Amino acid sequence: MASMRDIKRRRSSIQGTQQITKAMKLVSTVKLQRARGNAERSKTYFTYMFDTVNSILKRVGHVEHRYLTAGTSKKKAVVVITSNRGLAGGYNSNVVKLVTRHPQWQKEDVVVYTIGNKGREAFVRSGYEVRPCSNEIVESPVYADAMRICEKLLEAFSKGEVGEIYLAYTAFKNTVSHVPTLLKLLPVVQGEVEERSGKAEAIMNFEPEDIEALDMIIPKYVTSLIYGALMESVASENGARMQAMDNATSNAEEIINDLALKYNRARQGSITQELTEIIAGADALG
Amino acid sequence: MAENKSFLLHVVTPDRTFYEGQVEMVEFNTTEGEIGVLPGHIPLTVILKPGILCIHEAEGEKEAALHAGFAEILPDGVTILAEIVEWPEEIDSNRAAAARDRAEERLHGRTPETDVARAETALQRAMARIEVLK
Repeated sequence: MASMRDIKRRRSSIQGTQQITKAMKLVSTVKLQRARGNAERSKTYFTYMFDTVNSILKRVGHVEHRYLTAGTSKKKAVVVITSNRGLAGGYNSNVVKLVTRHPQWQKEDVVVYTIGNKGREAFVRSGYEVRPCSNEIVESPVYADAMRICEKLLEAFSKGEVGEIYLAYTAFKNTVSHVPTLLKLLPVVQGEVEERSGKAEAIMNFEPEDIEALDMIIPKYVTSLIYGALMESVASENGARMQAMDNATSNAEEIINDLALKYNRARQGSITQELTEIIAGADALG
Repeated sequence: MAENKSFLLHVVTPDRTFYEGQVEMVEFNTTEGEIGVLPGHIPLTVILKPGILCIHEAEGEKEAALHAGFAEILPDGVTILAEIVEWPEEIDSNRAAAARDRAEERLHGRTPETDVARAETALQRAMARIEVLK
């Protein structure tokens, strides 16, 4: 059995850790609230954008447009949004796994655009072609950041360097549920669009013409997707960290209780031993 | 439609809902020129250019600088998806003036490397900001 002093030392060190994890949990809770507010505010814009783009695509039908058809290149660009700091449970590794464990993707065909330091480290380590974007973005994303990333991507797409563009991020469902998601940005998927209920779909006119309008609207659409993903990822990061720290705090609590029990046993043991020794000594004298 | 004197206007940006309410008319600048929208307009989607957004409410007019985005016009409402839009009190007049001078300088002393389209947009933006402040 470990000595009383050892147990005491260990216990106080774990108490120190627990204080840190508790503090980190509080910090992420506050950050989460702010990030969640931001994510919800940006949702309105995104919903309108999504509806509009879908109604336009529905109207123009299957046209030949550079943003609607895949490029000839076999390469795929993937934007991966992770955090700069760890201690967030599986948050970072789950997003990275979306790309590294994708059943159809070969390592050689993927170009990774990383936002966030943890993702960059992971992809460099496993030997992917990485083009890092600014890491500071994830601290507090603004719309201009998303615009810059979007420009970079569209340039690579127009030049034919990449044939498809994907986005890997963590969707924020609620405080406890965050889903790593892989989303196709380009070519834009022309899915079946649900009719907006109650509204008779009037014929939409465009100024300028359809194709020109698409040229201008699709980059904005992609930007808004990236921006939305950034907002949700930040909220998820803080949510994940909050959960991880909560678990760490309760684990520390458990260990501390366990050590307290051991300490008391050791103390009792040493008292008993002392008593036995004294009694044995008295017996020997008598 | 003529009896309907107002329609619902939404102006949303990525960060916030900028404006939401019943209006009688709204004016803004598009790639095809300036337009004013009254209730009962035919469905139309337009791309915005930097300019002034003028909102005519029943009680009066409101102006804002609108820089980029697009608008969806329907008979019963208008939705403007703006990337940047500012109320006059949010604009820094000194910065706008400096931006205008910079853009003009770039356009005057243009070299083959000058990104003319970009400088022009910057100029239009600065002008819109200054115009709104007047």
